Amino acid sequence: MNSTWSRFNITSIVLGFAFLYLPIVLLIVFSFNESKLVTVWGGFSTKWYVSLFHNQGLMDATWVTARVGVISATVATVLGTLAAITLTRYTRFRGRVLFSGMVFAPLVMPEVITGLSLLLLFVAVGLDRGFFTVTLAHITFTMCFVAVVVQSRLVSFDRSLEEAAMDLGAPPVKTFFQITLPVILPAIISGWMLAFTLSLDDLVIASFTSGPGATTLPMKIYSQVRLGVTPEINAACTILIAVVAIGVIIASIANKRREIQRQLDEQAAQRG
Amino acid sequence: MTDIAATAAPLTETTTLPARLAKGFVSRLVIIIPYLWLLFFFLIPFIIVFKISLSQTAISMPPYTPVLDFSDGISGFFAGFRELNFDNYTWLTQDALYFNAYVTSLIIAAISTILTLIVGYPIAYGMARAPATIRPTLLMLVILPFWTSFLIRVYAWIGILKPEGLLNQLLMSLHIISQPLVILNTYTAIFIGIVYSYLPFMVLPLYSSLEKMDYSLVEAAEDLGCPPIGAFWKITFPLSLPGVVAGCLLVFIPAVGEFVIPDLLGGSQTLMIGKTLWNEFFSNRDWPVSSAVAVILLLVLTIPIMFFQQAQAKAQEQGR
Repeated sequence: MNSTWSRFNITSIVLGFAFLYLPIVLLIVFSFNESKLVTVWGGFSTKWYVSLFHNQGLMDATWVTARVGVISATVATVLGTLAAITLTRYTRFRGRVLFSGMVFAPLVMPEVITGLSLLLLFVAVGLDRGFFTVTLAHITFTMCFVAVVVQSRLVSFDRSLEEAAMDLGAPPVKTFFQITLPVILPAIISGWMLAFTLSLDDLVIASFTSGPGATTLPMKIYSQVRLGVTPEINAACTILIAVVAIGVIIASIANKRREIQRQLDEQAAQRG
Repeated sequence: MTDIAATAAPLTETTTLPARLAKGFVSRLVIIIPYLWLLFFFLIPFIIVFKISLSQTAISMPPYTPVLDFSDGISGFFAGFRELNFDNYTWLTQDALYFNAYVTSLIIAAISTILTLIVGYPIAYGMARAPATIRPTLLMLVILPFWTSFLIRVYAWIGILKPEGLLNQLLMSLHIISQPLVILNTYTAIFIGIVYSYLPFMVLPLYSSLEKMDYSLVEAAEDLGCPPIGAFWKITFPLSLPGVVAGCLLVFIPAVGEFVIPDLLGGSQTLMIGKTLWNEFFSNRDWPVSSAVAVILLLVLTIPIMFFQQAQAKAQEQGR
């Protein structure tokens, strides 16, 4: 390995990360801009955050988004975990090919198609569009992401642990809750967080399946962006980024702690 | 562990009939619940889209005439076949707008996929060659933007690319250009938006295949006198091919139907199929035509989606 290669490597990483992060940093910086013009710096100010909290429409939308996110992520995590178990443990049942197709296809399906098809379903069965339909739509497309995340953990899971528990007489359901679940829990938690952020983020599917009174935050931001770029939207975006970033950091610290604890336990087990 | 020891019961217990029935019931439930959910909320909606694409626009709510309705019984259902009309599809082939939108979308997605690969490969390669201690941090840094809203990340570029935006300000203050560049509302802006938004999708699969690679192969080639670039094309690139394929599919397929990026960065002049479908639905309120647009878009994407599914299944097999 000669030095020119590693210098090339470092340069590409630095440039790549600058490309990934610079737009977000600029967006955050200009949310503290005194001037109404987004791109001309007029001094530091937090007035856009103040006006944000007086914008009733935006606050309502935030509340709708938070509720849709929590409910859909929770249901999607349960369904996605079941789907992941099905994919890894039941290799032979009728319609398995169709099932795995239905789990993987939504990952890459253009959102306009998913949104339109779900809307037409809701109209066909006579469901009024609103909070409930957005939640159902979000459960459907996020559960597939949960399934993939949990599945990758299940694949690397040491099944002899389960077999040992069952040999010792634990019934399958009990084995699942006492052995399997604690092991795959980190994946389930990150699956939940992924589902929550995907729901928080979604504009297209929500626009199709939502109705009056259930405007989500991305829909609100989108309709304001179309009218023009304002520092107030920058402020709203900054808060969203902060919420997600704090969540991700807490989760990764918790994950790291658990990992260290696990290593300590293993060492103790080997010694004792 | 004490819990399990405490519940340790004679082995025969699990083989009693009620226990076996319970086990069968539970495992069946594990399969059935997500299966039915996806069947009802994923598969059936597509059938409805197809059905409505064959109906006609009507001024009512919902704005289309019913076709293949079971309300007339089975005979009515079959009689309905004669009333089916493919007008929407004929309309789509006659109007050059739709054909152009499909072709443009495919070309834009293909070019952006290649651009994303060119931008993403050095990053993934640099990460894979980085010291093992900082790799998890680098990985986290690639994933982090993925967690922030797509809409926000696209929105951030408007302020940069605008005629009086930050990029033009920078270039003009450096006296590189004298007139502001027009980037926003052009295809260039769409390329930038897609490369930026989908970069993590490309970097992650590339990284995972590059990280597994045995670099002593490259060293061996270089020791035998192969120049670094030759070694890259003969060894590194072929070995990373699974990652290249996975990354390209993950970028290409959603990019074809992309709506937010062409709408916010491309302006009204650019033509992409996701935007056409959206306008057909929300502005023209023509549900049957937008359904027909969706059906054709789905058909166009069937082959790459099947490739993607196959790649997923293969990865699953290897993981086991």
